[in-house]
Amino acid sequence: MDMAVMERGNKTFSIILTFCIMFAFWMLLSAWTVYLVEPYDLFIVSSKGILAAIIVSFLTYEIFVPSRGENVILKLRRFIPYVGWELWQIYLATIDVAKRVYGILEVDPQIIEFDTTLRSDFALVTFGNSITLTPGTITIDIEPERGRYIVHAIAKGPADSLTVDQTMQKKVGHVFMEE
Amino acid sequence: MIIPFLVVGIIIASTILVCSYRAIYGPGTFNRIVAANVIGTKAIVLLIVVGYIIERPQFIDIALMYAVIAFMGTIIIAKYVERGELCSR
Amino acid sequence: MLAIDVVATMFLAAGAFFMITGTIGLLKFPDFYTRMHATGKCDTLGQILIIVGCMIYEGFTLITIKLLMVSAFYLLAGPAGGHALMKAAYVTGLPVWKKGDKRM
Repeated sequence: MDMAVMERGNKTFSIILTFCIMFAFWMLLSAWTVYLVEPYDLFIVSSKGILAAIIVSFLTYEIFVPSRGENVILKLRRFIPYVGWELWQIYLATIDVAKRVYGILEVDPQIIEFDTTLRSDFALVTFGNSITLTPGTITIDIEPERGRYIVHAIAKGPADSLTVDQTMQKKVGHVFMEE
Repeated sequence: MIIPFLVVGIIIASTILVCSYRAIYGPGTFNRIVAANVIGTKAIVLLIVVGYIIERPQFIDIALMYAVIAFMGTIIIAKYVERGELCSR
Repeated sequence: MLAIDVVATMFLAAGAFFMITGTIGLLKFPDFYTRMHATGKCDTLGQILIIVGCMIYEGFTLITIKLLMVSAFYLLAGPAGGHALMKAAYVTGLPVWKKGDKRM
């Protein structure tokens, strides 16, 4: 993220948005029940929260609000069914590892490399995280220029489902519109 | 309702003891780092369960802070072992 | 015993079973990379199941939101820490175990 690109209006908006989110978070965690009981003590209690939120938002406002991308609302709307599919895959992954520990399936590890068509930061990280949460595979390294992944698989079955079938590449490419 | 929490607490404490075998005897550096990470994860769960047994809900804040610090510790050690130094100038 | 107590006990039992499986995998597997598979997946899900069991037992108070935050943070941070360790080991040159080698 280049600091020279950010204009003055964008900087003020980032600080105010970060401050609002940090203060709402603080109120949720600590002062919620006090507010419901006695409204007079609200300002004395929440002054500590306002001070903490101001300090944190001045230190970290560049990281928290992302720079403008294209079609952010459409990507966010397609992202939520993808998270649901991923939670189901976490459950399948744990059952698979339990079978390999108790000796029902076999252990035969190998290392695979392949290329994809994803290029932006957020899409690469999401795909790498999904490979780690799928049964039988863990990401080792990512090269962002060619979209090349190095993956360690625990047997031949999960390794084939990444290189031959390519179900997950199509899903992530559909969410981020195949960048 | 205290009995299920007591049983789960005893099971997790005994798995922490079993895991320390890998921390002592693991050949090389990386096996010991993995064992320390696993012991940290189980310690967070043990804090929450003990908070339910003795009926003091303040232990959950301690568990939240310890989760953040343990995650940061793992990433810093991985970066140090990979490069041989922490900040590169 | 109410119905909520029975459901919470089932979640707690499932979480404890997955934690035991993760520890047996840490002792039994022959190599560093395969041990990372066992702990990175089984440990994370076992912890989430135990915390969901505590949340069901509690109801709708402030403590439920704090427990939800601990479990959501660990769902994102557990696999990420495991991947960082694995990359450090691969770049430094730790040998990979193939089928038929000696146990290391």
